[in-house]
Amino acid sequence: MTVSIQLEVNGKPVQAEVEPRRLLVHFLREDLGLTGANIGCETSLCGACTILVDGNAVKSCTMLAAQADGAAVTTIEGLARNGELHPLQDGFWEKHGLQCGYCTPGMILSANYLLEQNPSPSDEEIREGLKGNICRCTGYHNIVEAVKYAAERMS
Amino acid sequence: MAGVLGTSIKRREDPALITGRGKYTDDLLVEGMAHAAIVRSPYAHARIRGIDTSAAKTYPGVVAVLTARDVAAAGIPGMVPVGWLLPDLKTPAHPMIAADTVRHVGDAVAVVVAEDRYVARDAAERVAVDYEPLDAVADVVAALEDGAPTVHDDAPGNVAFDWEIGEKDPVDAAFAQAAHTVELDLRNNRLIPHAIEPRAALASYDSSTGVMTIHMTSQNPHVHRLLMTLASLGMPEHKVRIVAPEVGGGFGSKIHHYADEAIVGLCSLKLDRPVKWTATRTETNLTDAHGRDHSTHCAMAFDGDGRITGLRVDTKAAMGAYLSTFAPAVPTYLYGTLMSGQYDIPAIHCHVTGVFTHTAPVDAYRGAGRPEATFVVERLMHLAGEATGLGPIEVRKRNFVPADAFPYQTQVALAYDSGNYGPAMDRALEMIGYDDLCREQASRRGNGNGRRQMGIGFSSYIEACGLAPSAVVGSLGAQAGQWESADVRVHPTGSVTVYTGSSSHGQGHETTFSQIVADRLGVAPEAVEVIHGDTDLVQFGMGTYGSRSAAVGGSAIAGSVDKIIEKGKKIAAHLLEAAAEDLEYEDGSFRVAGSPDRALGLGDVALQAYLAHNYPDDLEPGLSATTFYDPANFTYPFGTHVCVVEVDTETGSIELLRYTAVDDVGNVINPMIVDGQLHGGLAQGIGQALWENAVYDDSGQLVSGSLMDYALPKIHNLIQFELDRTTTPCPHNPLGVKGVGEAGAIASPPAVVNAVVDALKPFGVTHIDMPLTPEKVWRAVNAD
Repeated sequence: MTVSIQLEVNGKPVQAEVEPRRLLVHFLREDLGLTGANIGCETSLCGACTILVDGNAVKSCTMLAAQADGAAVTTIEGLARNGELHPLQDGFWEKHGLQCGYCTPGMILSANYLLEQNPSPSDEEIREGLKGNICRCTGYHNIVEAVKYAAERMS
Repeated sequence: MAGVLGTSIKRREDPALITGRGKYTDDLLVEGMAHAAIVRSPYAHARIRGIDTSAAKTYPGVVAVLTARDVAAAGIPGMVPVGWLLPDLKTPAHPMIAADTVRHVGDAVAVVVAEDRYVARDAAERVAVDYEPLDAVADVVAALEDGAPTVHDDAPGNVAFDWEIGEKDPVDAAFAQAAHTVELDLRNNRLIPHAIEPRAALASYDSSTGVMTIHMTSQNPHVHRLLMTLASLGMPEHKVRIVAPEVGGGFGSKIHHYADEAIVGLCSLKLDRPVKWTATRTETNLTDAHGRDHSTHCAMAFDGDGRITGLRVDTKAAMGAYLSTFAPAVPTYLYGTLMSGQYDIPAIHCHVTGVFTHTAPVDAYRGAGRPEATFVVERLMHLAGEATGLGPIEVRKRNFVPADAFPYQTQVALAYDSGNYGPAMDRALEMIGYDDLCREQASRRGNGNGRRQMGIGFSSYIEACGLAPSAVVGSLGAQAGQWESADVRVHPTGSVTVYTGSSSHGQGHETTFSQIVADRLGVAPEAVEVIHGDTDLVQFGMGTYGSRSAAVGGSAIAGSVDKIIEKGKKIAAHLLEAAAEDLEYEDGSFRVAGSPDRALGLGDVALQAYLAHNYPDDLEPGLSATTFYDPANFTYPFGTHVCVVEVDTETGSIELLRYTAVDDVGNVINPMIVDGQLHGGLAQGIGQALWENAVYDDSGQLVSGSLMDYALPKIHNLIQFELDRTTTPCPHNPLGVKGVGEAGAIASPPAVVNAVVDALKPFGVTHIDMPLTPEKVWRAVNAD
């Protein structure tokens, strides 16, 4: 049995038949080839699979593809516009906010949501806003710097 | 190119990773690919009476179900080997798939291959295994008790090895005459490495060529190929290609050769089609080699002046159910040999018992033995500051190996090549504002032991990294060399490709190695490509672990560049009609000394090297060089870290207030990357001290099997770190670098624990075992 879904992914319309139990992250990664969202756990805790669904930061490993019917989804592949890196992407590069890079797409999209809500967060607000995303490489120090850099550039 | 070394160049790795274009193993989708799910034991110890695979085999979409019988039928060795031997080490067999007995929760008993990853997992649930549960033992101390359940019949009493280093009698004499002694019983908590990318493998066997290609999460593809072919799959080494694509962190856990990747290889071999397996987080927690897990009694003796006269250490170190790849080396040659710390200790004796338990294996995890040693030494030094009345700073300074005493031969085999410990300590004190902190602490204590106490903890650490002289590690039991390789090729147009045996998984080698070449060869970093992580592209290499890539891998690259310059001088001398010994190489040009207008650029010489039209008779064409660099010694980074905490004595909760680290990692290639390595190590070490704990219950069930129960450091738990450096170059490698990957994880656990214990001094607390959870802190405060 499959269900029909229609959604917008990175600004493009997508129509698909999916198994009801298919996770959104598998749909994005395996059916659409958008492998930027990574899977690091199965308990919604690591945040490596974070994407934007209708502007909200969502962990795509615990959402069904069927639930995304009618939604507008943004993945890391859709963040740069017209060949220009998003200020957060630039900030993570500039401030060495990543090492292995596995958590980075989710981290950047969570930070994107944070900056949408709060364009000039304090260090503490950045740390509060990103606590759903785990990075094992950076100790978070440079992630805080990267988000501050992006916030300054976006303001 | 001048000024490129020691500069924070932005990483060339990042554009792919920040746009989602980096390809990790699970990102790879190939035509005809099937998915594997591994059936694992739910028991820590059980006999397998039978396995019924019929329901799984007939499940729609299932391609195959394999068990130990299929391993035997395939006629392959089917084993997972150990790569480091100690005298009298017990080496029980570790089959790829358990045949009759399972020895830890997560031991593989079968594998299901299906067209779809969901179907594979569905069908794995339908493999019926008839287990006869047996008594299990998960605790390292309990496993040594009389009557404890036996993990392997051929390892009586669960003893894997009994090892010692140093001289016992002089230590006993030192204690007999000591003016002060301190002692401690401690547990070094078991950790799960938790690279955020779970282990994964995509094996593609092609029967038409007989070639097996395995893309996998590897820190050392050649080592994996060797062990995979030799002990597991029994294929010719040249018919197997291992590729490490983007690797999402390792911290040691992706060094080791595991059963799972070999099982995936067997599936592909048998089915003649690509098969992919990606671990779930729970699977990685059950099967990745864990770290630490020691039970230790230790004691230190001092004379009346507060000088250390002896150190005694007795450790029981968990090995888990099987000996993982380098497991026996970790609590021995990477632990006992570090017991002198930064101190001049005249007598040391360290005894270690390696212990089998019904748990996941224990092997190298960031720091590997050195954090455990540093924890012993630096906790004892904290207690010694109290016992001698000298305080934490003076007792350390009084015992530092003096700056003029290097090279310094310790009593535990290692010879420190260089060091200057005082300035790092002084700089850390200056940065943290020690005197002000002491006043603040005194005021809080004076205030009737108020609720929120402040503590200041020190850790002056040494590590031995840059593994290491091959002959030395060979004499100590390593079944591998510990050199590194580099092939540097200058192309006809003068641009360069480096093929390195190091294997980056987040460290930024492509950036730093291009800086090494740019500096030494006088070209732009952009003119240098760095290739790694593919056994078909790169000559045999030992890979990345033990903070070795810059010191050993980087030195190999420097060696190749030097050879290229020497050859280039001969070519240039021929073209310029000068003597090779009269040529100098500077800023990318070969010049005749004293005649600055007689010069040829690297590109000109490279082109002539490949044309070979007008060329020296005794020289081969081409401009490339390969180096297998075998270091003369380990390298010895050091530093002093200071942690400041606030402890809420009513709730037991701990807040990090400050963390200052002054490290000496030798010359620095890219300061931004070096700082990033330290940050990450600090987070892992602080995580060990405060939150992380792999917990097995008495029946051998992993209680902390998911991120719901294993507390990784999160961003709101940590603070911005304050870093600085002193620079004492390594004297025995061409770059003067030492290594930085593990320093943070080695130094920080005792700094944090010392700070908490210092905060609780008014309550008579002298020790709390890690992790320092609020409950443990509260109990310590409220103990009678």
